[in-house]
Amino acid sequence: MKLGIQINEGPYQHQAADSAYQFAKAALDKGHEIFRVFFYHDGVNTATRLAVPPQDDRNITKLWTELQKEHNLDLVVCIAAAQRRGLMDEDEAKRQGKDANNIAEGFRISGLGQLIEAGIECDRLVTFGA
Amino acid sequence: MSKRFMYMNTKGPYGTVYALESLEVVLIGAAFEQDVSLAFIGDGVYQLAKGQDTQGIGMKNFSPTYSALGDYDVNKIYVEKESLEERGLGLDDLQHLVWEDEDEDWAEKDSIKLVSRSELADIIDDQDVVLSF
Amino acid sequence: MTTLHTVNKSPFSSTTFDDCLGLARSGSTVLLFEDGVYAATTGTASAEAIANADGVTFAVLGPDVKARGVEGKIADGIKVVDYDGFVDLVAEHDKVHAWL
Repeated sequence: MKLGIQINEGPYQHQAADSAYQFAKAALDKGHEIFRVFFYHDGVNTATRLAVPPQDDRNITKLWTELQKEHNLDLVVCIAAAQRRGLMDEDEAKRQGKDANNIAEGFRISGLGQLIEAGIECDRLVTFGA
Repeated sequence: MSKRFMYMNTKGPYGTVYALESLEVVLIGAAFEQDVSLAFIGDGVYQLAKGQDTQGIGMKNFSPTYSALGDYDVNKIYVEKESLEERGLGLDDLQHLVWEDEDEDWAEKDSIKLVSRSELADIIDDQDVVLSF
Repeated sequence: MTTLHTVNKSPFSSTTFDDCLGLARSGSTVLLFEDGVYAATTGTASAEAIANADGVTFAVLGPDVKARGVEGKIADGIKVVDYDGFVDLVAEHDKVHAWL
């Protein structure tokens, strides 16, 4: 099964990013393909490389980065939502004249069309939100 | 082969960002030439209320965008009757959204279809992909 | 078309569970997870609604039940699944309708 996953909430604030991660892991372990994980609304905050959560709890961003590396996942952060919330990669930062960029490894910024494409290409689209 | 995409709207405008950002997906998604429907249920019906004036709260009034949907070939806008009634609203309280049917000499037609919960259940059942925000 | 409905909000804090039941067609499944698991607990109006829902199957995500300390309080007739089971439910239905 080819799966698309949409995450609508930021890490820690809601369980969405965690549930999506556990679901993704289970799906991959079962041999399913994850076509894309699309981060929208506050979900884009999952992609910050500046988070330093307490050491005795999970690091949500790091978990996704590691899963991306292990399975070559396509983790897409919506550019419109990211611009609103101050998430940017190097190119965006240059383009916008900002003095820093903050996207974590394994995530890429792209347009809303990537979500629609996932809906078209995937057998199932599963959404995690609040 | 195009898929039937249904956008679920269950939240009112301004209190949260979902109404605005889901509308942005609809507009971008229109370019992909899929079979698009929008469903407004629960507090989602408030998104279509006419006469929104946001000056006092300092937020952008994005409600005019709904009237552009017809130009994007998005003309299947389902509003759940029960949700309207529970909120003391009628069709008259909502924006009048229209589209122009090029197959009928650009005749102007209503985009909003008032449906019962039961009818909407059947419509949603028929969809290939449900997008929730 | 068969649908897997997912509900992740407590029935006590949101109408999402009721809204879902109102639109779920016979032959569909409702998966309760995250805070939605509370709808599956005994002695609640939601558990009663579940018992009376004809033709709709209910499942609850075990890890979320355990996390919230309500294991042993899940009403009869509600299947407890883990994340593997969640994945299977997605595969077994034609589409997923997330109630947010």
